[in-house]
Amino acid sequence: MMPGNPRTAETGASSEVNPFRLSLSNPRTLFNRVLTGVALLLSLFALLPLFSVLYMLIVRGGSMLSFGLFTQLTPGAGMEGGGIGNAILGTLVVVVVASLLSLPLGFLAAVYLAEYGGDSKLAVVVRFAGKVLTGMPSILAGVFAYATVVAVTGSFSALAGGVAMAVLMVPIVMLTAEQALRSVPSKMKMAALGMGATRTQMVLRVVVPTAMPGILTGVMLSLARAMGETAPLLFTALFSDYWFEGKLQAPIASLAVLIYNFSGSPFEHLVKLAWAASLVLVSLVLVLNVTAQIVIKRPKEQ
Amino acid sequence: MNVDAVSPRPDIHHDRTHTSSMRPIDSATHDRAADGMIMDCRIQKLFYGNFLAVRDTDLPIIPNEITSFIGPSGCGKSTVLRSLNRMNDFIVGFRLQGSVHFRGHDIYASHVDAVAVRRSIGMVFQQPNPFAMSIYKNVAFGLRLNRFKGDYDERVEKALRDAALWDEVKDKLHTSGLALSGGQQQRLCIARAVAVEPDLLLMDEPCSALDPIATRRIEELMLELKEHYTIAIVTHNLQQAQRVADRTAFLFVDTTQGGRTGYLIEYRPTKELFDDPHEETTKAYIRGEFS
Repeated sequence: MMPGNPRTAETGASSEVNPFRLSLSNPRTLFNRVLTGVALLLSLFALLPLFSVLYMLIVRGGSMLSFGLFTQLTPGAGMEGGGIGNAILGTLVVVVVASLLSLPLGFLAAVYLAEYGGDSKLAVVVRFAGKVLTGMPSILAGVFAYATVVAVTGSFSALAGGVAMAVLMVPIVMLTAEQALRSVPSKMKMAALGMGATRTQMVLRVVVPTAMPGILTGVMLSLARAMGETAPLLFTALFSDYWFEGKLQAPIASLAVLIYNFSGSPFEHLVKLAWAASLVLVSLVLVLNVTAQIVIKRPKEQ
Repeated sequence: MNVDAVSPRPDIHHDRTHTSSMRPIDSATHDRAADGMIMDCRIQKLFYGNFLAVRDTDLPIIPNEITSFIGPSGCGKSTVLRSLNRMNDFIVGFRLQGSVHFRGHDIYASHVDAVAVRRSIGMVFQQPNPFAMSIYKNVAFGLRLNRFKGDYDERVEKALRDAALWDEVKDKLHTSGLALSGGQQQRLCIARAVAVEPDLLLMDEPCSALDPIATRRIEELMLELKEHYTIAIVTHNLQQAQRVADRTAFLFVDTTQGGRTGYLIEYRPTKELFDDPHEETTKAYIRGEFS
């Protein structure tokens, strides 16, 4: 039998000290354990803000949840009752307008950057501009939409709100979609070209479908970002106490602006509605993300 | 000339003295499709930028045969193969002096559409590269590209049977091609290539990423495919060339001019090349003195 064999030490057949025994008196082992503990603790701390926000929203906004909340108009100052139905619809309308403007633009720009632009001067400039835009304070998007839409048409409008949000969404969609398109293995592209696909066919039939989960992730990210923005809507979409009537050139309500307006109100009922609206907004974003996850995962399992 | 003749063709034997770049290349007079060759590759010089990658390589390819390219690393065998369906076009700086005639047409002539060339010459790569889509869609990909109007199900099944994959995947045609094993993925790529019934199938070390059992499988498959297709294969494996190839081209790398330029040393029926190599270099390579 070999001395120091861990098996013999374990069974007690040998009186020798087992050199492989795990011991906390070893400084290296102790250090390892302590650091693991610290890392775990800090990651729990990181979750704390998220869960405390969710907890507070459910406690303070949950009591307001009712059918009427979703179907009724916002009440005037000092009035009881009412809901946030127009704001929910308004947020969706603005997001749809913003998506129609930004998704085709961002997606096609990404295809250009990933497949055609390469490291050309134009591509480098566009990519850099995209990165700068993602870091731009959102209120500047509002200023831009105010100057280009509100000032030109002479009125606050859903369209102006959509333009402001689109400015925020384009760079996110473009940069994430470019990453997704670039991550398609070149051997797949060569396979398509080897089959006699033209460049366009390769991009449309192989690269884009393969990158679709990543592209959708970017779209969802940008939608979530846009939905939560208040600043760009304040002086573009403004607010409205009425239902959206199909007119994009009229001011429109939105959850974010509702929260901003009502939370500072002296009337307790409106503050409560702001809490409820916050809960609804967070839930919408959550539902969006979960849906995206499901949509993204499905083709992989096939 | 009789294509089906088993006897060696003396005119295919090229040694270094014979392979001379002085011979004039004229597409009209060298239309040798009538001689029973499907492809007549006459590379005088092949450049990547200023780098001379291959010189003096004449390789006629005979229908319904398997032609293998062997040689040490860097001898340009993959480069030669890729110039047969213009896949080198994607490499910046690629230039070819000489000609490659496919069914009598010079595929490097100025009016030729490289995409159309690739549609009638299939290619199987070193790494299995199925698309991230279902097995069925992978095989149907080329048919869709060619706007095939017939029965897709039938053609997909036939291609998968030709590639000896049908029995393994017939119950999961709509699952992802990426979920298959490496060997199955490579057979899927072969099915994808043969689905469009190409005139010629190019295989660039198709077994190098596979285990011995999967390799054996692919080799058997090649021998079956030979009945209906013509195959040109690059291989690192001398035994593989001996097992499957009717003709073998031995390429070597010339470092005397300062660069690393590949060129053809000997191109003959496989058995002759291995049993009685004419050139000293071939002899040494076959004996395993270098690799």
